[in-house]
Amino acid sequence: MNLIGREALLAFRRTRTLSALSVTTIAFALFVTGLFGLVALNLRTAIAAVAERVQVVAFVQRGTPTEAITAAMQDIAAFPEVLDVQYVSEADALARAKRELVEFQDVYQDLEVNPLPPSIELTLKPGDRDEAHAAAVADRLRGFGFVDDVRFGEDWVRHLDSLRNIAGLVGLAIGLAFALVSVVIIGVTIRMTVLQRAREIHIMRLVGATDWFIRGPFLLEGALKGLLGGVLALLLCGAALLGFRHEGIGLGIGLQFFNVGESLLLLVFGVLLGFGGSLVSVGRHLRRV
Amino acid sequence: MRYATGTDVALEDITFHVGRGEFVFLTGHSGAGKTTLLKLMYAEQRPSSGDVRVSGFGISHIGRDEIPRLRRRLGIVFQDFQLLEDRTAAENVAFALEVTGARPDVIPTRVARVLDQVGLAARGGAFPRELSGGEQQRVAIARALVNDPPVLLADEPTGNLDERATRGVYQLLCDINAAGTVVVMATHDLDLVRHASQRTLELRDGRLVFDSANDARESW
Repeated sequence: MNLIGREALLAFRRTRTLSALSVTTIAFALFVTGLFGLVALNLRTAIAAVAERVQVVAFVQRGTPTEAITAAMQDIAAFPEVLDVQYVSEADALARAKRELVEFQDVYQDLEVNPLPPSIELTLKPGDRDEAHAAAVADRLRGFGFVDDVRFGEDWVRHLDSLRNIAGLVGLAIGLAFALVSVVIIGVTIRMTVLQRAREIHIMRLVGATDWFIRGPFLLEGALKGLLGGVLALLLCGAALLGFRHEGIGLGIGLQFFNVGESLLLLVFGVLLGFGGSLVSVGRHLRRV
Repeated sequence: MRYATGTDVALEDITFHVGRGEFVFLTGHSGAGKTTLLKLMYAEQRPSSGDVRVSGFGISHIGRDEIPRLRRRLGIVFQDFQLLEDRTAAENVAFALEVTGARPDVIPTRVARVLDQVGLAARGGAFPRELSGGEQQRVAIARALVNDPPVLLADEPTGNLDERATRGVYQLLCDINAAGTVVVMATHDLDLVRHASQRTLELRDGRLVFDSANDARESW
């Protein structure tokens, strides 16, 4: 194992230019993937922020006994899709309308009778903020005798669903394409390294090295290059995000960077690409010689 | 034994046996099949029909994972030395031990011993570019010997050397043979062959046309 490590590090030292070129190529390939990951991440966050506004509101008949509403709210809170349940009395509804709809403040001031019904407002759990779940919850709410009407902004939620689906599909397709391009670029880079050291491989075989012994330093070297490329790609992504942060603030968007887990994922992706690319390239070379 | 690629027959009807402790010259003009025959002996190629048996291994059916084991029982020397340019003479020799999993603590001693054997005890720290052709070939021989192989295969080891270096390398191979190692040396240097009293096998157009040991060829 020590020998494999030493050979891998020696290979780095002996072929400095090619190694630097390989790491840079891997870094840029991963940077493109990482940059796309950042776009996807921020898009997902933005959609999730919009989805937080998905609410199901059940309008309650005036005069419904408080006990009945309290009991129903306990049942509603137990729905698997429901995150939070709030009762909004007629007075609360009017106060909120006065606060939020300032342009109608005069109209509300002159009212003799409060036209706003009491309601039960439901916030759905993050994974259930789509049309199907909202409609299912609405149907169940309609089963309560004191519920007059249920609304959740079907059209708006439907558009949100479409946006989410399109973003998901486009993200998956472009993400896969970028990852594939990274695999190809990194594969070619590692193949160059293998070809450059074909003579060394030939000599190793002649003196009785096993195929796995020959592969060892290449695999470690590939993994190290992938790791270094990954670190460099993360730094480039960070720099790109800093560059765009100002624009994001201008648009009212707080741009996000990868968390620790996502950063590690990019590094692991780099290591796996370096390792896998070396495994394939050396394997192909050894089969041919 | 026969070896052909497609319709191109490189070796045909080859039968001979090399016994323990022998030194054998393999001669013939360029393209006669000397290198191909050596490649068959170290399993770089496989015979198209018949078999080649070397040090207990049958090359026709040798498994890919057995080839390293065969090569650890062989020393192989080439005309162009095949040294790693970015390693010193001692590192080139040590490399052959390292790849076979030798214990790190025994490597320096064995490298020093074998460099001394080939007359390069003082040149272990030199890189190949700092050595003469004869010295480089001695390093290659040291590398081939360091695992104490019972058989040494040398493909035109003096092909790139002047007369003095040629004599030195040949004498070294004789010394190695005297210590019990079988030496098979391919060469087209007829002067060397004539002046040495060693068994000679001559190839012509892929056929064995002469065996100085026995006019009626031995089978094995």
